[in-house]
Amino acid sequence: MASSSIFDIAGSGMNAQSLRLNLVASNISNANSVSSSAADVYKSRQPVFAAELDKVINKQNATSKVNVLGVVEGQDAPVMEYAPNHPMANSDGYIFKSNVNTVEEMANMMSASRSYQNNVDVLNTAKQMMLQTLKMGQ
Amino acid sequence: MAINFDTALGIEPKALAFREKRGEILAANLANADTPNFKARDMDFKSVLKQSLTSGVAMERTNAGHIAPQQQVVGANVMYRNPYQVSLDGNTVEAHVEQAKYAENAVQYQASLQFISNKFSGLMTAVRGQ
Repeated sequence: MASSSIFDIAGSGMNAQSLRLNLVASNISNANSVSSSAADVYKSRQPVFAAELDKVINKQNATSKVNVLGVVEGQDAPVMEYAPNHPMANSDGYIFKSNVNTVEEMANMMSASRSYQNNVDVLNTAKQMMLQTLKMGQ
Repeated sequence: MAINFDTALGIEPKALAFREKRGEILAANLANADTPNFKARDMDFKSVLKQSLTSGVAMERTNAGHIAPQQQVVGANVMYRNPYQVSLDGNTVEAHVEQAKYAENAVQYQASLQFISNKFSGLMTAVRGQ
């Protein structure tokens, strides 16, 4: 049945959004991590989404699932702070804080959870439609 | 008078197939709501109906026993949506618009389904003759 591909599509969307939520959780929990060098400090991680075109039919009619191309690290420079008494301070007395922006991550989390809910609703509706189709003629 | 499913059900099975296909496309739009450069797509019932009524290419039937080909909805035109507000990442999906269209489509699917169901119960009444 063709509408079972709705389950695949919504499933891929939920998969992508749950990865995004996972990364948000990782970012927020590491937001306050500190290191003694800029290279070692935790950097924020973001997913890269892309539409995956089904090659079954021709390109125009193909429906697209969500494909996660990978995870990239945030390019913002880590925050440098002068704290000579800090145990992680380097020889110059500086510590490096991660470049995670907590406010951005919270907004990201809300967006991801709403998108996840959207996909769940689509799936529920498709399920109801299929169950009603099974009852046709009764 | 022979009972023929094709004439009894009329346009409804095709409408149902169209709704199903459209539901798939709208689900893809919603799933890709956060994908950069994704363009939202949709199908127009009117143009598909027009295409279905005036199908230019039909298979020739040289024998009465040949089965008439089914008209396909799959070849229907899928078009890109014009967004009300554009976004910087090139994505034209607007979640609220897609949600509304998906809900509309689901209701219309159920309506088509109900019509077919009623046609079947009509046929059953005719068969039973009671």
